[in-house]
Amino acid sequence: MPLIKYIEANGTEYAVEAESGISAMEAAVKNNVPGIDGDCGGAAACATCHVYVDPDWIGKTGPAAEGLEKSMLEFAEDVHENSRLACQITLNDALNGLVLKLPEKQH
Amino acid sequence: MTAIASAAAPAGIEDPYALSLDQIDVSRPELYERNMEGAYFARLRREDPVHFCADSAYGPYWSITKYKDIMAVDTNHQVFSSEAGLGGIIIEDGIQKSSGEGSIDLPNFIAMDPPKHDDQRKAVSPIVAPANLAKLEGTIRERVGRVLDSLPVGEEFDWVSAVSIELTTQMLATLFDFPFEERSKLTRWSDVATAEPGSGIVDSWEQRTSELMECAECFQGLWNERLEKPGMDLVSMLAHSPATHDMTPQNYLGNVLLLIVGGNDTTRNSMTGGVLALDKNPKEREKLYDNPALIDSMVPEIIRWQTPLAHMRRTAISDAELGGKTIRKGDKVVMWYVSGNRDEEAIAQPDDFIIDRERPRQHLSFGFGVHRCVGNRLAEMQLKILWEEILNRFSRIEVTGEPVRTRSNFVRGYASMPVRLHV
Repeated sequence: MPLIKYIEANGTEYAVEAESGISAMEAAVKNNVPGIDGDCGGAAACATCHVYVDPDWIGKTGPAAEGLEKSMLEFAEDVHENSRLACQITLNDALNGLVLKLPEKQH
Repeated sequence: MTAIASAAAPAGIEDPYALSLDQIDVSRPELYERNMEGAYFARLRREDPVHFCADSAYGPYWSITKYKDIMAVDTNHQVFSSEAGLGGIIIEDGIQKSSGEGSIDLPNFIAMDPPKHDDQRKAVSPIVAPANLAKLEGTIRERVGRVLDSLPVGEEFDWVSAVSIELTTQMLATLFDFPFEERSKLTRWSDVATAEPGSGIVDSWEQRTSELMECAECFQGLWNERLEKPGMDLVSMLAHSPATHDMTPQNYLGNVLLLIVGGNDTTRNSMTGGVLALDKNPKEREKLYDNPALIDSMVPEIIRWQTPLAHMRRTAISDAELGGKTIRKGDKVVMWYVSGNRDEEAIAQPDDFIIDRERPRQHLSFGFGVHRCVGNRLAEMQLKILWEEILNRFSRIEVTGEPVRTRSNFVRGYASMPVRLHV
């Protein structure tokens, strides 16, 4: 059960104990973390689960994947090197302690 | 508009179960005009969800009817192309390729594949980014209020022309910073851009081209003006973005028309559809008036329930397997959003209008993947403000007669709908 910390743009923190195997988008939605919409249900097809991976963790999650994830992020706002779609980050014990920051709004 | 409406007289509509599967043709515009497409799609979803129609007014085509299959096509632009040269994004080829004699090509970014699509789209997306939407909210609310305050109470009038068309046209004028008093031109150009000869809008391709040239000239003037003095409007953005400032005049006109059409019929018909849905579902109306905060989840539910664009089309650029069928390179593939949004495997009680669904935004009306509607948040904001201001003024909007539906397999909407306001 990895522990994930989501931080809203205004600084509010949410700690979520997530099941391994689900995505960081699903974990947020299931636990009512605001600011992650996930309109497409996890297909990297809407970019409403945009998150910033804490720089200390980007090595473990990896950067945004070539293909749809990168394409969709191009249409999101304030996209940085550490931007990911949370639905494309599969949680496991190696990500215990992962910190994800949320953008001001999902486009 | 009457996009894709054919000039033929409406034929009688059969019970879908009176036909064999290979006789089913869901592209017939009269199905939508009579509000009968639902029964046809229900049968296809159950019996033949990836369905081939060998013969139609638009030639042979595949129908994709299940939510998950539509998602698979929409997110796979490497196989399913939007390129105008292959036929673009609508089942009818002619309007986009303008193959008719005397017509013109109007390249625009929705009918392009990446990478060109991505660059041109990015040039206009800042106007509908959350920060800019927040700036527009006050203007929209003031105009909505003014339109609602001008309506007659207690007597019958047409909601479509008095409210839906008026508000969407005002919004377009704002986004383009178009001369406000001349805004009805935008509605006319929107109708013309999607019309074919015989639709009742234009009589010939030449007439269409000539009206669109007037549009081009007008927008060229705005471009020149904004090159010197840029503002926060779509024309300024196109004129100053590196991806679009060297566009050909036709590509510029194509993108302008895409944005006019995209922002026009869709929101207009959701504004009407929401009124109709609440009128048909008095229990939901009661819920709404008891708890106005439900507007937030009602708005995406209206957009799902209405599905203002019934389909988007792609062309296969290589062979592909889908739902046990083999789609061949070159085949026309139609994603019926109107069917996917009624798919019981993806959405609980899909035929019902339920304003407090748990995940109301999980619907196909905006599409998914790189062509997902760029204005989706703006559309939601316009509807949200409209409903907030309606609740501030009226206790009920009574629909007093059957709405007249658009004879089109693309724009799923209303030509008129009589209503009476109660305070």
